[in-house]
Amino acid sequence: MPLERSKNSTIYFDNAATSWPKPAAMIAAMIAYNEQIGGSPGRSGHHRSLDAGRIILETREALAELCGCGNSLRIAFTKNATEALNIALSGVLNPGDHVIASAMEHNSVMRPLRYLEAQGVQISVVPCSGAGSLDPEDVRRVIGPRTRLLVVTHASNVTGTIQPLTALGKIARDYGILFCVDAAQTAGALPINVDEMAIDLLAFTGHKSLCGPQGTGGLYVRKGLEKQLRPLMTGGTGSRSEFEEQPDFMPDKYESGTPNTIGLAGLGAGARFVLAEGVEAIRGKEEGLTARFLAGLAALPGVTVYGPPDAASRTAVVSFNIAGVAPSAAALGLDERFGILCRPGLHCAPAAHRTMGTFPQGTIRFGFGYFNKDEEITLALEAIGSLAGDGAPH
Amino acid sequence: MEEQRYVVFLFPSVSYALKAEKILKAAGIVHKLIPVPRHISSDCGVCLRITEAKEQDVAGALRGKVAWDKVVLL
Repeated sequence: MPLERSKNSTIYFDNAATSWPKPAAMIAAMIAYNEQIGGSPGRSGHHRSLDAGRIILETREALAELCGCGNSLRIAFTKNATEALNIALSGVLNPGDHVIASAMEHNSVMRPLRYLEAQGVQISVVPCSGAGSLDPEDVRRVIGPRTRLLVVTHASNVTGTIQPLTALGKIARDYGILFCVDAAQTAGALPINVDEMAIDLLAFTGHKSLCGPQGTGGLYVRKGLEKQLRPLMTGGTGSRSEFEEQPDFMPDKYESGTPNTIGLAGLGAGARFVLAEGVEAIRGKEEGLTARFLAGLAALPGVTVYGPPDAASRTAVVSFNIAGVAPSAAALGLDERFGILCRPGLHCAPAAHRTMGTFPQGTIRFGFGYFNKDEEITLALEAIGSLAGDGAPH
Repeated sequence: MEEQRYVVFLFPSVSYALKAEKILKAAGIVHKLIPVPRHISSDCGVCLRITEAKEQDVAGALRGKVAWDKVVLL
């Protein structure tokens, strides 16, 4: 059985959950912080504290470059995209406000919205095509006098479907509505420009395509919007210490408490890796892997693929099912028999699965990354073919 | 010999001071980050000290890139 895995070989296709492996420089930066710096940034003022602060500044600058925001101080760091989205949504929405979301949102958007709905915020969830694509005209149709915010995922975590952000941002700007983007799946994987896309609030995570560690993320806030955006937490910031009121400026307003400096050291190195390789080059590699995989799946009987048919319309994420095999059983078989790691189920996005018609059984999701190789795609296709053969009626 | 006179740029927070430091380093303007003198502010952060003669150069380098609260003669 040449397909069966050796004990040492693992094929990591769960990059949509968290990327692996990480660049060596990312791990080195985290070790260097702990061994050589160790100070608390923004506190104390001694040279180790300043060095810690410089690390965080450099991370901010790299992130600003990646999202096309001219001023790095417009970015506040959080522990993940979920926290950033919670700040954005609960920070601007008040009872009586109307908010528009797509039917492909992750629960990191849906749950904060449902929580706010119970407090009197009105929600419109705009249906998407079966492939998960949001039509900007459908958004335009539900805009009303109380519409305050449009929130959309840049790309689905289930199907990889890329939404037309530029068109959506233009509609939001035309109607005077705030535009919030969940870039959890795309920061570092696709080009993003907050000005060209008219994005007011951009939430990102550090541990996926930005090649950083878990526990890092952030929120870009358009200039001036911080005056209307409530913080999720208040507390010590190292600034304005003589006052007992929260600072009202970026990024301190949203960065209470000692930050995750070691994580941000890693995120900075990860983001600089992405900048050095180039987002376009990374996208090219990942699109190639995805196209290869989609073409291979199309040739396998009993396999259903969800989302857009082409690799160009999606990130490096592919959801599929094998006839006669439950997603959870397929994932277990892929792991135990072939050493292939992926994620089955609903992927914290029940709305997206309802859109595709895969609720509640879910799908098998492969998420490719920059470090994956063509040979791994070939091996995975053989493994899926083998499982499909097992599942086929005899 | 006349004694060297200094001014300090005070910022909203250390994040701003460090960004200013990066800009001045790139511009080749001599500067020093020092704890905010207690007689100027009770804030516990840091500020940028430069010679008085460089005040306009520094303001020009920082303007539009990083905001500062005020400039104080030491």
